[in-house]
Amino acid sequence: MDNSTAALSLDGETLRFTGAIDARAAERLWSEATTGAAKAKTITLDKVTELDSIGAVMLLGLDKPLDGAPPNIAEVLERNRRALESAPPVKPEKELPAIQALGAGAIRKARTFAGTLAYIGEVTMTTLRAPFQRGGIRPAELMRHLDEAGLRAFPLTILLGTLIGVILAFQSSIPLKRFGAEIFVPNLVGISLLRELGPLMAAIIMSGRTGSAYAAELGTMVVNEEVDALRIMGVDAIAMLVLPRIMAACLAMPVLALVMDLTGLIGMTGVMAALGFPFVAVTSQLKQWLSLKDLLGGLFKAAVFGAAIGLIGCRAGLSAARGPRAVGDAATGAVVGGIVAIIILDGVFAILFYRLGL
Amino acid sequence: MTAETVITVDDLTVGFGGPPLFRHVSFEVRRGEVFVILGGSGCGKSSLLKAMIGLIEPSQGTITLLGEQLVNATGEDRRALLRRLGVMWQSGALFGSMTLAENVELPLEEHTRLSRPARQAVARAKLGLVGLGDAQGKLPSEISGGMAKRAGIARAMALDPPILFLDEPSAGLDPVTSAGLDKLITDIARGTGTTFVVVTHELQSILAIGDRCIMLDKAARGMIAEGDPKELRDHSENPTVRAFFNREAPSDAPEARPADTKVGA
Repeated sequence: MDNSTAALSLDGETLRFTGAIDARAAERLWSEATTGAAKAKTITLDKVTELDSIGAVMLLGLDKPLDGAPPNIAEVLERNRRALESAPPVKPEKELPAIQALGAGAIRKARTFAGTLAYIGEVTMTTLRAPFQRGGIRPAELMRHLDEAGLRAFPLTILLGTLIGVILAFQSSIPLKRFGAEIFVPNLVGISLLRELGPLMAAIIMSGRTGSAYAAELGTMVVNEEVDALRIMGVDAIAMLVLPRIMAACLAMPVLALVMDLTGLIGMTGVMAALGFPFVAVTSQLKQWLSLKDLLGGLFKAAVFGAAIGLIGCRAGLSAARGPRAVGDAATGAVVGGIVAIIILDGVFAILFYRLGL
Repeated sequence: MTAETVITVDDLTVGFGGPPLFRHVSFEVRRGEVFVILGGSGCGKSSLLKAMIGLIEPSQGTITLLGEQLVNATGEDRRALLRRLGVMWQSGALFGSMTLAENVELPLEEHTRLSRPARQAVARAKLGLVGLGDAQGKLPSEISGGMAKRAGIARAMALDPPILFLDEPSAGLDPVTSAGLDKLITDIARGTGTTFVVVTHELQSILAIGDRCIMLDKAARGMIAEGDPKELRDHSENPTVRAFFNREAPSDAPEARPADTKVGA
């Protein structure tokens, strides 16, 4: 047998280790050693040739007197004993009882809500002050964000808009065909796109592209203490960071919704052409049934959606915690919060427009 | 008797497409010593370290670690070699979603078949060794820079590797914490016989821990000195080496004049 091969033997009430007790040996012997030590009174290490810290932790964990260790082995044991003594096992944190946990959760939620209200207030005040203040509106920043939130989203919006027009036209032509009413496909697609789907789909695109980018960008700035640096330099962080972003989102959204509407209608026209309807039939249907009111209502909604996405994205970024996961969490929060807010706002608009008879 | 050589760097040249960062660098590291790679900012110290652990492919030359070449090793051989290296990164590089104890347990989980309680006990011992016994359950975002570096060392030591690489262990730390870290390194080196390769430009640290060192220089694009740091400080004839150890500004550095500090007057 190789001298260095680690082994253990139980001799009466003495557990004897031999060979090199290293990580590999510890893996093999740990459970055997634990059962052996339960029966033994002392542990003898006189035949141990090598010991690493993993082996030492195993031996010390057996909680029995360790005898006969050669000096170099005893030194390793001693170093690890001191290390283990300075690091007692952590007790898991006590969880709060149900009622207290509920209370603590409610207080946390209330604080978050109060923070959000304060943030909305701060943004509103900054927006109102901005036109009269030096550095209140930064045109260069605004143009950069308009480019990123608007222009750069065009290819994606055009692609999705066209596809959605095609899909809607195809799907609605199937039931309408049964009644010979395919000529009404443009009415259906036109109204649903202009009033609902155009703004909604554009808002979802913006939430995913721009809302998450705002949160990630501002979150990284918070983590790098750039926002603190701005505040200390006396620069209004809301005016410099948040306002141009919200303005850009609010201005770019109606344009994106319009692009969505137009490309959707083009997609639908293509399907109608494939079904054998001439271009003029489609336009005359649209002219008869669509009014400017439908379009403007949709674009107004889009602007409000844009402002909401900008607000939520920036809020998520600015309230990012410290630490490496913070930025990811902020981006997720921005997208989820943005989409939920859009759907809620859309519901509110639906009721409002219905009541107002628009 | 000279100690056994554990790392051999032979005629190493590293560059990133453009002119080489450094060229024709050759040296040996012996078992159990604290070997320091020093030099000014931007001279390629960290790149040399990354080349030694196989993260950067050199344009020329070979690196032999414990008798094997990491660049050529594949599959199980590579894993076995990596198991015998520990690296502490400049910022600690702790995983943010894990507690310090879980960070130290990760290499144990990956490379050993120890049970969970066994891994936890080993992690406790490692964190205790670097003086973080009471911070086991903390997340990396909740600790200071010095603590993160010590936790990084604990994680690098989890598997008792024979070679530990440390990238700028004392950069950005206060003198007391930095001295504590230096003591920890020498204690571990003397106590466990671990070989340390330390990249640093902290003068006091170099003199406190270094058994031997090499110095890289940006202008020379290579190695300009090798030997005992104290010897180099006292007896080197190279002006750049002397300037480094004596903290002298380079002779062509512009001198600040009071008038220069006024801007936009």
